[in-house]
Order: sequence, then C-alpha cells, then structure tokens
Amino acid sequence: MSADTTTGPAPLPHRAEGAPTDGPPADGLSPDGSSPGGPSADGSSTAGSSPDGPTVNGSPTDGSPADGSPAGADPLSADHRSADPQEGDWLPVTGWGRTAPTVARVLRPRDRDELVAAVRDRAAPGAGRGFIARGLGRAYGDAAQNAGGTVLDLTGLARVRSLDARAGRVVCEAGTSLHRLTRMLLPLGWFVPVTPGTRQVTVGGAIAADIHGKNHHVSGSFGRHLDAFELLTADGGIRTVRPGSDLFDATTGGMGLTGAVLSATLRLLPVETSLMRVDTERARDLDDLMARLTATDHHYRYSVAWIDLLARGAATGRAVLTRGDHAPLDALPRRARRAPLAFRPGAPLPAAPRFLPDGLLNRTTVGAFNELWYRRAPRRRTGALQRLGSFFHPLDGLPHWNRVYGRGGFVQYQFVVPYGREETLRRVVRRIARRGCPSFLAVLKRFGESDPGWLSFPRPGWTLALDVPAGLPGLGAFLDELDEEVAGAGGRVYLAKDARLRPELLAAMYPRLADFRALRAELDPHAVFASDLARRLGI
Amino acid sequence: MKDAFGSPQSLLLLGGTSGIGLATARRLIARRVRTVWLAGRPSPALEAAAVSLRELGADARTVPFDALEPEGHEAALGKVFAEGDVDLVLLAFGVLGDQSQDETDPLAAVRVAQTNYTGAVSAGLICARELQAQGHGSLVVLSSVAGERARRANFIYGSSKAGLDAFTQGLGDALYGTGVHVMVVRPGFVRTRMTAGLTEAPLATEPEAVAEAIERGLLRRSETVWVPGALRLVMSALRHAPRPLFRRLPM
Repeated sequence: MSADTTTGPAPLPHRAEGAPTDGPPADGLSPDGSSPGGPSADGSSTAGSSPDGPTVNGSPTDGSPADGSPAGADPLSADHRSADPQEGDWLPVTGWGRTAPTVARVLRPRDRDELVAAVRDRAAPGAGRGFIARGLGRAYGDAAQNAGGTVLDLTGLARVRSLDARAGRVVCEAGTSLHRLTRMLLPLGWFVPVTPGTRQVTVGGAIAADIHGKNHHVSGSFGRHLDAFELLTADGGIRTVRPGSDLFDATTGGMGLTGAVLSATLRLLPVETSLMRVDTERARDLDDLMARLTATDHHYRYSVAWIDLLARGAATGRAVLTRGDHAPLDALPRRARRAPLAFRPGAPLPAAPRFLPDGLLNRTTVGAFNELWYRRAPRRRTGALQRLGSFFHPLDGLPHWNRVYGRGGFVQYQFVVPYGREETLRRVVRRIARRGCPSFLAVLKRFGESDPGWLSFPRPGWTLALDVPAGLPGLGAFLDELDEEVAGAGGRVYLAKDARLRPELLAAMYPRLADFRALRAELDPHAVFASDLARRLGI
Repeated sequence: MKDAFGSPQSLLLLGGTSGIGLATARRLIARRVRTVWLAGRPSPALEAAAVSLRELGADARTVPFDALEPEGHEAALGKVFAEGDVDLVLLAFGVLGDQSQDETDPLAAVRVAQTNYTGAVSAGLICARELQAQGHGSLVVLSSVAGERARRANFIYGSSKAGLDAFTQGLGDALYGTGVHVMVVRPGFVRTRMTAGLTEAPLATEPEAVAEAIERGLLRRSETVWVPGALRLVMSALRHAPRPLFRRLPM
C-alpha cells in the first residue's frame, strides 16, 4: 500500500485511495532466513516493504495517487494517510474473492502493546464501528472486513516466542504464517498439525476460522491442536484461553468476533522427511468416487479428491483422488536421505497480472482445463514421492491467483452434508454440473469428528468446495437454492468462505449460534469486535 | 451489508411512491432486502406503498421527506441512518412538469428544477456523507436520457435532469475510494404514473426493466446504466447531431 500524503481540496473528503486490499502478497514465498525467536522477516505488510509491490488488488484504482482530505472536514477522514502507524490508513478492503469492497481504517500494530492501545482507544476515528483482526486476507468473503471501522492487520505480530523441539510445541504470535512455521519447523522434524490449501494463512486466522486440512478425518480441525491462546477481549483485557472453556469454543471458529488472538501454543506433528508419499487414482463418476473414499480413506492421513463439476451425463462427478502421508525416511531414495527434511517449496510463478478481464474462466476454458487435468492424472499410481508444497499447496505456486477471475471477483462455495445424506450431495453435484458452473479444482472430502467450536464448520460428513466467478448470471439465486438443500439435510456452509449466505439460514446451519450470541453479548455488549460478515449475517 | 453479488439488505427509497423505485424495491426484497425506508410527502399513497412492501415480507417504514424543503432533509435522513446502516439509497423522486404550461409559468418551472435538481443535491450530499461514514453502500440516482441533450419538447425537465446527472457523476468521482458506490441510471421512456397519458417514445420500457438493470448494475458495480441498453448508442448519436439537424428531428 502506498502511503502518499498529499492533500487536495475536495468537495467531499476522500477517505481512501488506492484499491481494495485483499491481503498482503505471497511475499512469504521468498526465502527469509528467519530463526526461531527472531523477529519476523516475512508476513509483514508494512507500507511499501513487500518485494511484490503494494498489497492492493481488485479494482481499477490500483496504484492511483492519493488525494487526501482536508483534515477535520469529516471525523472519519481526519487521519487519512497518516505516517503514524497508530493512526492507520483508510483503505478499501476485500476478501480473497475480491467481491464487496468496503472501506476501513487499516491499522498495522507492530507489537502487542500497540494493538492493545489501539483497541482501548475509544476516541479513535471509526472506533464506534469496532475492530476486526486480519491476517493474510485469505478468507474469501467479508470475514476480515469492517466497513467504517478498523481492520487490525496483525501480520506485524509474527514473532515465534518459543519452540520446544523435543516435545513439539511452538508458541507464536497471531500474525505468524503457516508458511513461516513450516519453513522453520520442518528442518527440525516437525510439521504444522493442520494445513489448508495454502500456507499463506496466519495462526490467528487459523483459529478464528478453525481451519481444516486434508487430514480432518484423522486430525480434526486446527483448534484440536492448541494448548492455549491469548485473547485480547473487548474490555481491553488479555485472557489466556484453554480448551474446555466456553471462550475457547466460541473463539475457535468464531471469526474473530470474540476478540483478537495475540499468541497461541500449538502442538506439532513429528515427521521424518519433508516429502509426501502419495497414491493417485481416478474415479469415473461420483458414485465410484464416494465408494472409493468411503472404503479406503482411513488408510491415509491426508485425503482429498479433485472433482470435475463440468462433466455431465455418465461422467458426472468424475474425479482424481490424491491421498497420502508423510514419507518415512526409508521410503526416500538414497540421495534424498542426506537431507530428508529440507523444505523446498519451489520458486513461485510470477504473480498473476493485476488487470485481467472478466470471463477468462468460462465454461470452455475451465472445461478444457478440467478435461486435461483428469486425463493427465494416472489411472492408478501408488507410492509416488511428492514435494510437500505441491501436495498441500499447489496454488501457492501462483501468487495472486485470485486475480485470474478478473475485477468481478469470485465466490467460493463450501458446504458439508452429514453422512447418511449422500442423496443431497448427489443432487447438488448434478445441479451444479447441469448448470455448467465454470468451476475448476472443486474439491470433495470426508470430514471426521467435529471439534467443539460453536461456529466451527467441520462436522462428520461430505464437504464440497468450489469456486465460481461472481458475475455469473443468476448465481446468487442458484446458490440460495443449494443452501436450502444443504440446510434441509442438516448441513452448513463455511463462514470463512461465505460472502452471500441468506442470514435466515445461519441459525439452522449453526445450532450453537444462540450460545455464541449470548456469550458475545456478555463479553462484548457494545460490539467492539465487529465485521462485515457479522453485520451481514446478524451474528 | 451488500453480499458478493451487490445485493443490499437495507434500502432507503427517496421518492417513496416512485414507480421505478417501488419496482426496484420489490425486486430487491426477493433477494436480500429486509429493511425499507420509504421517504416522501406523507400521503395515503406512501402508506399504501409501505403496506404493499410489508406484504412481501419487508420491514417497510415511512419517513416524511419533501424535496422542496431541503431545510428538513438533514433531520429526516439523519433519523434513518441513525437507526442502522443503509446499504442502498435510491434517489427516485422527480417531477415531469408540463412543459407548455411551465414555459408561461416560471414559478412552476422553478418547482420542477427545485424538485429534480436542488432537492436531489441536498438529499444526495447528506446521504453521501452518511454512507461515507459507514464505509460502504451504494447511491443510485435516477437520471434520464432527457438530460443527455435538452429537447424542445421538454427542456425544463431535461435541464433539471442534466444538472442532476452532472452532479451525480461528480459526486461519484468525489466518493471514489471511500467504499461508497455511486451509479447514474438513465432510463428512456418508462411507463409509470409520471408518464401516464403521454405519447410513448421509441424504446419505451417498464419499471421492472429499470429495476432489473439497477440490480445488474449493483452486481457489476457499474457507474452508468442505460435502460434499455440500446439507448446508449442512440443518445450517443443524438448528442453529436448538429443543432440545425437536431432541431428538425421529430421529437
């Protein structure tokens, strides 16, 4: 984000220039050489410091010069583009899907004292509309947006406080990215216990969304691996929160609405090598896929299926399954055994250009891609060694891949339906296929046992995730219909990905919503922590 | 809050009995709108409009508002925003006047100008400020193709819409980057109460078509919307027609 401080006469005070920020760039992909306990070198998004250019994205205003406001003309604009990090910048903010930008004061506290001071400062501009913590901006919807209020960019709080390399426990600040943890821990024989499809998420965000990975059926969600975390609450106090308490269950999956996580203690997974041993197989249709997943998922720690949602007729739901586990040392060829734990994420491609037209991803291009992806996958291959990055985080290889959807942005739709309601899943997949949603890399997975988070997404059942360009005509009404099916089957959609759920369905999807609201009303009666998501859904 | 598709949850309709405004309200209630404020001169028609929207499931309330009394705008509109966020302000009030009559009655002509232009300037500025404080929201202003180039047959109305159109464009630029989206809508001849009894112009359309175009414009975050879309080309040609020719056109 450029930080120009020009002011010009304007009939109406400008509050923000530049463009929606959708999270710092994937600058963490560059080597950082940081050491345990040392100050963070990556994940920081201080103005202009990232090698990948400004963190702005999503609208034609990118990089436009600032023309600020006369101070004092509007209480909200008085501090526009201040050099003082305590004042912050008013900037348009979006989620990773780049839809529905709203403007907020973006503050980048450099340490916990600055953060605590910011939340305690009730006189600050926009304080009346509350605060929300934001990490690397990978939530697809409006979870880390706060129109008219303050967005706390916590990527500056990225210190790893301590590491117990014997027991496999790490204490780190909320803004620490999983990328940084992986880079630091893997050479020591430890791996993060849960990783989503990208390493570019922070520990704080992982707790707020109670994220899951390909190992959910074995390891549960992120919250299951926490010993404790520190939470800055609305009263300005700092609480240590441990599993088994209401506040823990409200915060894991609570979308940042109980407060801002300051630091967390995470239990790690021991690994012998940095490689994955992967089995790949093709499934010719949805029934075949579900049968294969049901029969053999428990043999694998990690399991996921990429599903072609554009294939129709007999091929509806054809898929490629990739399942595996960390490769043991003896599975490595002799040469690789010399440095079994070396983490080589591979050089990322150049970032996707800033301005791409809408409609690049349409039925033809995505259909061709899906066909190719399916055809090039081996019918069956077992025991192939794969780099950790290409197994878990293929999209991290293309920084700013979200730009491929053009300025209209995209919506990610992820739902879960319980076991026993397979008919609903089949019907939804058929409807999506019939409609021809140009969705590439849709993902199907079986969830294991739920974790106690009140608004935590995973529950035992089938989960499907797909991307769709937001500009697709009639998409809003279509997804509403799918919601009805999902809610009717006792399922739910994932709030970290949501940008469009009908608010009336939230309570049906999340039965503990009433408890969450009650706790929040007591803990934070004046909504000091608030977000666009919370306003939209009436959480 | 608007969702990923630009669908608002709350609507403030300035001109609470406007045919286009109510058609838009109905369309948006079918999506996400749950709260509607109908601003207008207190009248049975305004209350009836609120009742009709309540029947669709919306929480519709009325608020006294008169475009001709800008002194009262601050209080009336401030009350609405104090109750909660407004995701969409639809500025839909306006009068057509009676051109031939008004040419001989300057005060009547001034009322047209005050309603359509200065009344909108006052309401528009107040709403813009409130939306800006929210950090989000859309201000959609119903302009008209009549403002694109003044015609002999309705230049009093046309000039007021020309002023409104220019004002809105400038406001949109002023609010760029504040999270507030400003959209100018330029319908052609729309079959509403305002145009009842008039001879239809070519490309005449229905309020529902304007509503649909507004919804699409919100999705795309458009800045200018023509209804029907073909009018953009037609008006582009007319705008460049030389005066001697334009004068002779049968319009």
